[in-house]
Amino acid sequence: MIKLENVTKAFGSGSIGLSDISLHVEAGEFVFLVGPTGSGKTTLFKLLIRETLPTKGSIHIGDWDIIKLPKSKIPVLRKKIGVVFQNLKLLVDRTIFENIVLPLEFTGVKPEEAKKKVEEVMEMVGITPHRNKFPVQLSGGELQRAAIARSLVLSPDILLADEPTGNLDPATSKDIIKLLVDINDKGTTIIMATHNMDIVNSMSKRVIGLEKGKVMRDEKKGKYEAT
Amino acid sequence: MKLLKTTWHHIRRSPYQAFAVIFIMMQTFFVMSFFSFIIYGSSKVIAYFESVPQVTAFFKTDAKQEDITMLQDNLKQNSKVATLDFVSKQEGLQIYREQNKDDPLLLELVTADVLPAALKVSAVDIADLPQISEFMQNSPIVDRVIFQKDIIKNLTSWTDALRKIGTVVITVLALDTILVMVIVLSIRISQKRDEIEIMRLLGATNWYVRWPFIYEGVFYGITGAVIGWVLASGMLLYATPFLSEFLKGVPLLPVSPLLLLYLLGSEVLLAIFLGSFASFLAVFRYLK
Repeated sequence: MIKLENVTKAFGSGSIGLSDISLHVEAGEFVFLVGPTGSGKTTLFKLLIRETLPTKGSIHIGDWDIIKLPKSKIPVLRKKIGVVFQNLKLLVDRTIFENIVLPLEFTGVKPEEAKKKVEEVMEMVGITPHRNKFPVQLSGGELQRAAIARSLVLSPDILLADEPTGNLDPATSKDIIKLLVDINDKGTTIIMATHNMDIVNSMSKRVIGLEKGKVMRDEKKGKYEAT
Repeated sequence: MKLLKTTWHHIRRSPYQAFAVIFIMMQTFFVMSFFSFIIYGSSKVIAYFESVPQVTAFFKTDAKQEDITMLQDNLKQNSKVATLDFVSKQEGLQIYREQNKDDPLLLELVTADVLPAALKVSAVDIADLPQISEFMQNSPIVDRVIFQKDIIKNLTSWTDALRKIGTVVITVLALDTILVMVIVLSIRISQKRDEIEIMRLLGATNWYVRWPFIYEGVFYGITGAVIGWVLASGMLLYATPFLSEFLKGVPLLPVSPLLLLYLLGSEVLLAIFLGSFASFLAVFRYLK
């Protein structure tokens, strides 16, 4: 489903984000992306949603050649990939409902249908009582759930979660991971970047370790640290 | 509908910026309406003076009727003459009495004998006026000749000058309006840069992001044009009684409501063009 071949991303400053990495992720997989800050996890996500282009190599998602993708098709690609951003990127002047419904508005879904779909995902992630609140009125865990709900509202085939448990307490982190596992069980491919050792170690899922932009390990049932 | 709601949201968020743009747009269309009224009015006044008998010859009091008839016959054969209207001494007295009916003293002093008979002549082409005038002036039975040429010439040059001044002023104001609107919309876009970036990352198309800004420009245009038109039309209606008295005899006032609506329609169309043009400039400059 996701195929990266010899991908390198060099920045204008001369620093290297990713260096000659090759990866294959199958449909329905749950993959942890681990590594220290600056190892290239976020850069990889940015490449997958065409927020940036690689300096070298090829990226394919399904039948799409991401590098050759015309600009007009980028919004279509982004609607097929749900992203939970590291800093969540919720619009502060809109309610939780308005934030979640946003991707449906881009696609031109009828308001009644959109409302039904939003209510469905809010129920799934457990934030229905907060639908009319603004982001500033919610706790960290609730905001994470809102961001996850927004990433799921278009029923994407792939979900990219960039440190979704970043600043959460262990109990809330477990809830979020349980939610992601449930979503994965329904067939969505999930790639989750994380620093949370306990979660990675308790899950026995595929772990890809990045360091200085290189894939240092790729284990089917891996741990946070190399075994 | 959603895009319109977003547009309204933008406007409500920064009411002072919206007010600034609407205010300058209103000024432009107020001045445009004002000059339209003046140019329309002056062209009507010129048309009036062109349509009334343009040359009036006053006969000497001892002029014989057969000589007058002969002069009339000569003029009838002249292809440059459109109409002839003879006013006898008696008719002249009646006109005089009508014009001075409120002043008995003036009525007492004048009899038909002291008033000259007159011949009002209108030309097919205003350019032939001097020739007709000269022809009549040369007649021994004509005392003096007056014609409207000078009035029309003055009015025409005034109208031309007004048209030129109006065009320059409106062009400058329209450019000002476009610049102010581009600046305000650019500020708006800058304020919403993060929001726009998030929307794009979530899959919004460029046009989904651009349309609310373009609608916003069009909204400012229409609102400013309508307010400017209402103010100018209101002032014209208010001044109509006074102007009617001043322009007695000229069939100009009151101005037809249909004409005012036609002006409004034209101004709204122009406002939509100005608003969308300025918005497109801002959007393509800052939302590539």
